[in-house]
Amino acid sequence: MIRTPLRPLARVLKARETGEDPSAIEKENLRLRHEAMADRSRARAESRLLILGAAFALAFGTIGVRMSTLAGSMPEEPRVVDSGNPIIGQRADIVDRNGRILATNLATHALYAQPHQMIEPERAARELAEIFPDLNEERLLKDFTGSRKFVWVRRQISPEQLQQVHDIGSPGLLFGPREMRLYPNGPIAAHVLGGASYGREGVSSAEVIGVAGIERRFDDLLRDPANEGAPLELSLDLTVQAAAEEVLAGGMALLNAKGAASIIMDIHSGEIISLASLPDFDPNNRPPVLTTGDQSDSPLFNRAVQGVYELGSTFKIFAVAQAMELGLINPATMIDTTGPLTFGRQRIRDFHRMDPAMTATDVIVESSNTGTARIALQIGGQRQKEFLADLGLTEPTLIELSEAPSGRPLLPPRWGEVNTATISFGHGLSTSPLHLAQAYAIIANGGTRVTPTLLRRDAAQVGPRVMRSEVALRSVDMLRQVVTRGTASMGEVAGYQVAGKTGTADKPKANGGGYYDDKTITTFASLFPASDPQYVVVVTLDEPVESSGDDPRRTAGWTAVPVAAEMIRRVAPLMGIRPQIEPTVQASVTLSSN
Amino acid sequence: MMRFVMYIAAALAVMGLGFWAYQENYRTQTAIKDVRRLQAQIGDAHERLGMLRAEWAYLNRPDRLTDLAELNFDRLGLLPLSPDSFGDARYIVYPIPDILPITNPIDVTSIGPSTEEDPL
Repeated sequence: MIRTPLRPLARVLKARETGEDPSAIEKENLRLRHEAMADRSRARAESRLLILGAAFALAFGTIGVRMSTLAGSMPEEPRVVDSGNPIIGQRADIVDRNGRILATNLATHALYAQPHQMIEPERAARELAEIFPDLNEERLLKDFTGSRKFVWVRRQISPEQLQQVHDIGSPGLLFGPREMRLYPNGPIAAHVLGGASYGREGVSSAEVIGVAGIERRFDDLLRDPANEGAPLELSLDLTVQAAAEEVLAGGMALLNAKGAASIIMDIHSGEIISLASLPDFDPNNRPPVLTTGDQSDSPLFNRAVQGVYELGSTFKIFAVAQAMELGLINPATMIDTTGPLTFGRQRIRDFHRMDPAMTATDVIVESSNTGTARIALQIGGQRQKEFLADLGLTEPTLIELSEAPSGRPLLPPRWGEVNTATISFGHGLSTSPLHLAQAYAIIANGGTRVTPTLLRRDAAQVGPRVMRSEVALRSVDMLRQVVTRGTASMGEVAGYQVAGKTGTADKPKANGGGYYDDKTITTFASLFPASDPQYVVVVTLDEPVESSGDDPRRTAGWTAVPVAAEMIRRVAPLMGIRPQIEPTVQASVTLSSN
Repeated sequence: MMRFVMYIAAALAVMGLGFWAYQENYRTQTAIKDVRRLQAQIGDAHERLGMLRAEWAYLNRPDRLTDLAELNFDRLGLLPLSPDSFGDARYIVYPIPDILPITNPIDVTSIGPSTEEDPL
C-alpha cells in the first residue's frame, strides 16, 4: 500500500515560496487520511452489521416458519421415534374381577356436512331425514341452504346408516372417525360405571370423557396413554351383580317399592362385589339430568352411595357393641326397657309390648328402642360420636365414584342427650347404605377398620382396630339370634347362617314437617356365614308395602329381609361359598383288622 | 503431484459418501414406510380384536344368557345356581359292580328242567 506522504516536498517548497505555513499542509493531509480511515472502518462495520442482521433474520425467519407450520398443520403421531406402543391410544377398557368386559370402545363414524359443497341440498336433507327419523327435514334444509360452511349432523352412526348416507351420494356429506364407548351389559352396574360422552370434537377425532361414576373418577387414568390400554379391573363380579339386580328388581316390583339399593361387600378386603341401585338406566344412552324436582327421583341417582337415609334399628348394634367394648354391659346384662322415655316434647317408645327388663341380647333381638336408648345414655354423646366416627359413619365414604363426596352423612347440628338416644336406634343421623355396609363389615371382620373399594384387591385390609375381637364376635352372635328368633326370621337361608339386623324408618316429609305414617325406608344389614363371616349384604327398599295380609305391612322384617334372603340364596353359591349342609346319615368307614 | 492426488482422492471420497448417504436415505424411507404399514395393520387388527371382544361381551351379557337359558330350558334344563347345587363327595355312591355272568345255571323249579331257552 502506497501511503500519501504527510509533507510532500513539492508542496512544502511551494508554500515556503508563497510564505504560507507548511504545517497547514500536514494538518490537511492528516485530516484527509483520518477521514479515509473513518470511511473504511464505517464501511466495514456497516457490512458486518448487514451480515449479522441477515443472519438474525434468517434464524428468526426459520423459527417463525417452523412455528407457523407446526401451528398450521394437523398433529401427527410420531411414528419413527420409539416411545412406547403408539398403536393403543384409545380409552382403556373396564373389566370386572374375572376379566369380563364392562366397558369398551367401538370404532364408529360421525356425520357432518359442508353445505357449500352440496349440489342438491334439498334432496340431501330429505333423504337424511328418512334415514334418521329424529332429524327435522326443515331444520336440515335451513342449515344446508344458509350461510354455514360446516354442520354436525350426527355424532355417532351405525355401519348400516353409514352405507345409507353413502348411497345418498352427496359430496357435501362427510364422515369423521369416532371412538364410541360401549357398555355391552346394558344397565347392569350402570351406577358404578356412570357413562361417557364426547369432550372436544374435531373432524378426524374426538376425545371421550367420563361423565359420572368410575368413568369420571378415573378419567385421567383411563385416558393415560402410558398405560398402553391396560384395563381397569374392578372388584365387581358381573354374574353376582346381575343376579343381585335381578333379585332386587323382583323384590322391588313385588313390594311396590319406589326404589331399592343393595350392596355386597367382602369384609376382609373391602371389595364391593356388587352395588346396585334401582331404578337404573342404560349408560349407553344416559338420560338427561333432571332440571326440576328432586334429584333423588332420577334414575341417575345412586341410592346406595348418594342416598342418605335414616336407617333405623340397624344402628342398634353399634350402641350395644360400644357398651360391650367399654365394659358397661355384657350380652346377659339386664336392661330396663320400660317406656316411654321423655326428653322435653320428645317421647321414645317401643313398637310393641315388651318385657320391662331384658338381656342386652334380647334388646337387639326384639329391637327395643328404649333399651338401646338407655344403653346409649350410659355411653354418653361424646363417646358415641367418636365410636360412630371410627366406624366411618360421620364422613363421606372413600369409594372410587365421582358421586361419593355427595353421600355426606347428615349429623344433628347439636349432639344433645335426646340425639344420643335417638341416634342409638338410627334416627336423627342419616347415612348411605354403603356406610352401613362398611360399619357392619368392621363388626364382621373382627373389629378392624375396612374401607370399601371398587378396585380389585387380593389382599385383606388391615386397618386400625375399632373394637376388640371378642366384642365383634359377641355382636355377630347377637345378630345371628335376630335371624334365628327375632325380627328377621324370614332371613334364614339354609346352610348360610345369616346374621343381621332389620331397620324400619319412617320417611321424613320433604318440607321438614315431621314424618309420614305410611312411607318407610326398610333396611336389612346382614352378614354371612355367621360362624366365619365372609360377606356383608345390605338391602334397602324405599316405600315398600307387603300387601298379602289384611293390613299392609311396611316393616323391614316383611320387606327387606325376604329380598336379602333370596339375594343371599342366589348369590352365595355364585361366590363359591358352600352351604354347610348337615349330613343326614353319617357316612363312615369302620376300620377293622382280623 | 502429491496435492493433485489428494484432491482426486477427496473428490472421490465425497462422491462415495454422497452415494452412501443417498442409499441410506432411501433405505430409511423404505423402513419407515414399512413400519407405518405394519403399524396400520396392527392398529386394524387391534380394532378388529376390540370389535370381536365387544361382540363377545355383548353376546354373553347376563340378560341374554338368562333369556337363552329360559328359552332352551326343555333341551338344556339349566337353572340358576342354588345352595342345593352343591354336593359332597361322601354322597356319591360307589359304583355297583356288574353281575357276574352266570355260567352254570341251576334250575330251581320242582317241575323239572325247562325245555325253553334260558331267558338269561
